[in-house]
Amino acid sequence: MKRLSWLVPAFYIFFLMLPIYWLLNMSFKTTNEILGSFTLWPVNFTVENYVAIFTDPTWYNGYINSLAYVSINTVISVSAALPAAYAFSRYRFLGDKHLFFWLLTNRMAPPAVFALPFFQLYSAMNLFDTYIAVALAHCLFNIPLAVWILEGFMSGVPKEIDETAYIDGYSFSRFFVKIFMPLIASGIGVAAFFCFMFSWVELLLAKTLTSVAAKPIAAVMTRTASTSGYELGLLAAAGALTIIPGAVVIYFVRNYIAKGFALGRV
Amino acid sequence: MNKTWNNRAWFMVLPVLALVAFNAVIPLMTVVNYSVQETFGNNIFFFEGVKWFQEVLHSERFHAALLRQLAFTGTILLIEIPLGVAIALTMPRQGPWVSVCLVLMALPLLIPWNVVGAIWNIFALPDIGLLGRTLNGMGFDYNYTRQPFAAWFTLILMDVWHWTSLVVLLAYAGLSSIAEPYYQAARIDSASRWAVFRYIQLPKMKRVLTIAVLLRFMDSFMIYTEPFVLTGGGPGNSTTLLSIDLVKIALGQFDLGPAAAMSIIYFLIVLLLSWVFYTLTMRDEDQS
Repeated sequence: MKRLSWLVPAFYIFFLMLPIYWLLNMSFKTTNEILGSFTLWPVNFTVENYVAIFTDPTWYNGYINSLAYVSINTVISVSAALPAAYAFSRYRFLGDKHLFFWLLTNRMAPPAVFALPFFQLYSAMNLFDTYIAVALAHCLFNIPLAVWILEGFMSGVPKEIDETAYIDGYSFSRFFVKIFMPLIASGIGVAAFFCFMFSWVELLLAKTLTSVAAKPIAAVMTRTASTSGYELGLLAAAGALTIIPGAVVIYFVRNYIAKGFALGRV
Repeated sequence: MNKTWNNRAWFMVLPVLALVAFNAVIPLMTVVNYSVQETFGNNIFFFEGVKWFQEVLHSERFHAALLRQLAFTGTILLIEIPLGVAIALTMPRQGPWVSVCLVLMALPLLIPWNVVGAIWNIFALPDIGLLGRTLNGMGFDYNYTRQPFAAWFTLILMDVWHWTSLVVLLAYAGLSSIAEPYYQAARIDSASRWAVFRYIQLPKMKRVLTIAVLLRFMDSFMIYTEPFVLTGGGPGNSTTLLSIDLVKIALGQFDLGPAAAMSIIYFLIVLLLSWVFYTLTMRDEDQS
């Protein structure tokens, strides 16, 4: 029985890869082949769909827009969360537990609840259809997440290190940047990864807050599906391209993903 | 860790507080505002008190959506948690295959949610999708755009595909933290495979599994994009979960009052769950 136990993860991975394979398969087919016949691999292999995406600004701008607001959001979330997580991990202060819980509730706020008010809020501030609007809106769930993850990692660093540094005459800011941040580098990496991930996969708010200039790639896809008929090949190619950034970043954090999902508390 | 009492720590929390409060408090107040008012357009509002809340709480539509939501959440938890644990138990502990497994398994988690919906939409189409074609080829009459049961089956399968890896990763992390001497002791006592699982592995995984269950509970309660892209809530209303119904009322029909009241009820349900989650994790933390 022990010998065959590798079959379980193998089957599971096979099941995970099937729909992705079907997407890739379709992205290399012509529309005629997709609709006209049922083939397990592309018979008339074509990269036309990918060429179409890389030459049409409405398509590739979607990728640039998505990456832009995701990056801005990651930077804002992690840099705001760093001092806050330090405060939570090292000090007790008035209302700390309530504040920590309140932050968590925002991670769990259904985006559907916030879609309309967000639209009105950011329109009133003339930020509608800008990168910064989406980046700020995603802070709603990414900052609490980053605070939780970083707090988990920081609590693993003994407090004696802080005290020794202060005795050695380090100022707080120098200690934080020169000594503390390198110690929790993996935590910062994981927090950044999770901010990237949740900002990248979220669509409801991103779509509500943009129309043309900052439209995310995922929203470009839904539009194309409805206006220009059923160009499945193009749609599949665009979908396949959205998988790549995730696949690249996973590789770097593979050993820490679980710790991140457990909010730094494994 | 013993923490020092220092109220100046508030200054370090201020940036986070400002950013999250801006995003959470102002929109939430807007929703509260709408939930007690009636409008006939032109930005003229009348105070209505709790009328919308009563309406929503007594509406068949809300009950139906809530019931579908609970059925969905319950089903995916019953499938994903045992499946995730089983896969984590059989995963290799060391060697080059560990990285391969982790990276491939995490892949679905990083796909934008509407692309997940689109992938499954294509994959399950009865005429050109691999799944739909195979099922029909095996003699099942399967068409998820027409049959409610097929739509539910596809929806559940999609969520299992999308999120089981989260349970696997967490359970695997819990298993990896068990030191070898535990297993050696079990071998000396010639403990059965079941005893090892029940008395060594399960207690060690308890903490991460709590997190997994509650994360899956809450995230599946908020799910919107994937089912919306996959089925659009149909056929009929058969897969209209809570948030899909909410967006339909708020942005489709622009019934701001009922939508806002529903938002608040919805948010309170999630808040209650968050509180349970928080107390459970914190209690475990105090023990360890």
